[in-house]
Amino acid sequence: METYYKPEDLAKFGNIAEGSQPLADAFFSYYGQVFEDGALSAREKALIALAVAHTVQCPYCIDAYTSESLEKGADLEQMTEAVHVACAIRGGASLVHGVQMLEHAKAKMM
Amino acid sequence: MSSADTDFIDLKVLSRELLLDSTDVGPKRTTSLHARRTPLAEPAAQFRALNAVDLSGGPTGTGAFDADLAASGWPALTPAPLEIFQINVGKLCNMTCRHCHVDSGPDRTEENMHRDAVDACLAAIDQIMAAPDSALHTVDLTGGAPELNPHFEYLVDECVARGLHVIDRCNLTILLVRRYQHLPEWFAERGVEVACSLPHYRKLGTDAQRGDGTYEKSIKALHRLNEAGYGQGDPKRVLTLVTNPVGAFLAGNQASLEDEWKAALAKNHDVTFDRLFALNNMPMSRYLEWLLEKDMTEAYLERLVNAFNPATIDGLMCRNTISVSWDGRMFDCDFNQQLEMDAAIPFTHIADFNLDAWQARQIRTARHCYGCTAGSGSSCGGATA
Repeated sequence: METYYKPEDLAKFGNIAEGSQPLADAFFSYYGQVFEDGALSAREKALIALAVAHTVQCPYCIDAYTSESLEKGADLEQMTEAVHVACAIRGGASLVHGVQMLEHAKAKMM
Repeated sequence: MSSADTDFIDLKVLSRELLLDSTDVGPKRTTSLHARRTPLAEPAAQFRALNAVDLSGGPTGTGAFDADLAASGWPALTPAPLEIFQINVGKLCNMTCRHCHVDSGPDRTEENMHRDAVDACLAAIDQIMAAPDSALHTVDLTGGAPELNPHFEYLVDECVARGLHVIDRCNLTILLVRRYQHLPEWFAERGVEVACSLPHYRKLGTDAQRGDGTYEKSIKALHRLNEAGYGQGDPKRVLTLVTNPVGAFLAGNQASLEDEWKAALAKNHDVTFDRLFALNNMPMSRYLEWLLEKDMTEAYLERLVNAFNPATIDGLMCRNTISVSWDGRMFDCDFNQQLEMDAAIPFTHIADFNLDAWQARQIRTARHCYGCTAGSGSSCGGATA
C-alpha cells in the first residue's frame, strides 16, 4: 500500500547526507551531544523527546524514543506519564485560547 | 498463623501439584521449558532458531561471530589470566522468571551439585591458587538459586577460608524463606558479596519479568540486607544489583542508571546499594522462547549485531572465567554451559582439571555471543567497555 510514512525510512535517516554532508555532519553531531548525560540524565532527555514526538506527531520519533526510553531505563508508567504531559499541554493550549473567545464574546454580547 | 509468619514466604519447590494448579486459574505463570517438554528445551533447537535468522549487520555483515571477531583483530579468542571461578551449583530455583537463560525453576530438582563435585571444585581452586602467577581472586556462585544447594554454606566457608572473594548471585526472594532468613547476617559475617537480580527500581517491569509480587518481596529482602550492613559502602558487605532489560532492547548505560537507581530506591523505599550491573539478555532458553513468541528474534539479533562493539572483546568474561556446571563439566561461560558447549579441553570433569590445558584452550563461540559484545558490553561483572 502506498503511504507517505514508511517504517524502513527511519533506518535511512543518515542518507539525508547525500544532499549535503557538512550540514548532516553538523546536525548529527549536535543531535548526539544533545542526548548525552548532562544536567539532565539521558533518560530524562529520552522521556522529553518521547513527549515532544507525540506533540509533533512524528511516527519515526515515537518508535525511536519508545525504544530509547526503554533502553535508558524508563518503564511504561513513566513513559505514559510523559505522553500525558504532552497531551495536557496540547489540551491546555487549546483551552487557554478559550479566554480569548470569552473576552471577545463578552464584548459582543449583551 | 501468627502475625510474624506473614514475614515469610513458602518455599515452593519440588511440587508437581504447583505446576498443575497453576494452569487452572489466574494469570498464566511461566514454567520451565524442561517441565513443558518443549523442543526448544534442547540446545540444538535453540541454535537452529538463531542460525535461521538472516543477519547483515556487524563488521563483516555475515552474522558469523568468529568472523566479526577476526575482523576486529581477534583471529582466535584466547584466555586471559584466570581470575574468576564460577560455579553453577544447580538449576533448582523457587522462582520461574520469564527471561531465565538457565531454564531454572521449582521443578529442576535433579540438577544439583553433589558433595564430591563441590570438593573437586575446591581441589581445582587449590591447584589454580598454587600456580606462581595465580590471578584467581573470586568465586562466583550462581544457579538456579544457589542457596538451595545443600552444600552451599560448606562451599562458601571453604572459599572464604582460602581468602577468596565470594559472590552469591541471589534472587532476593529466597531470603524471605524461613529456612534461609539467617543468610543476610551469615553472609555479612563472611564478607560475601551479594549480587541481586532486580530488573527495575519500579514495580511494573520487575513483576512482568520475575512474577507478580516479586517487587514487594525484593524490597523487603533488600531491607534485610541493609539491616545486616549491606549496601553502605563497606567493601566487606557489598550489595550489587543486577538489571536485565524487561523486553527486546539493550541494557542502558550502567553508570547513568546507577545514579538514578540509587536516588529512586533511597527516596521510594529507603533502600541503599553499592553498585549496579546492567546486563543484556542472551537470546537463548526462555528469553529466546519469548522472542520467538513475539516474532522479535530477528529484530533483537539485528539490534545486537548492529551494536557490535570491538572494545568489549578484551574484557569478555569468557576470557578470565571458568564456568563449572552442577555435574562438574567445564565451560567458557554460564551461557555456553546452558547451551552445552563444553570447553575445548582434553578432560571432561573438574576432578581432572589442569590449569595449563585450560589456559591453552580456544574459547568457543556462537551467535548468542553477540549478546556480550553489544553496546557497552555485558558480563556477570556488568558492562565491559
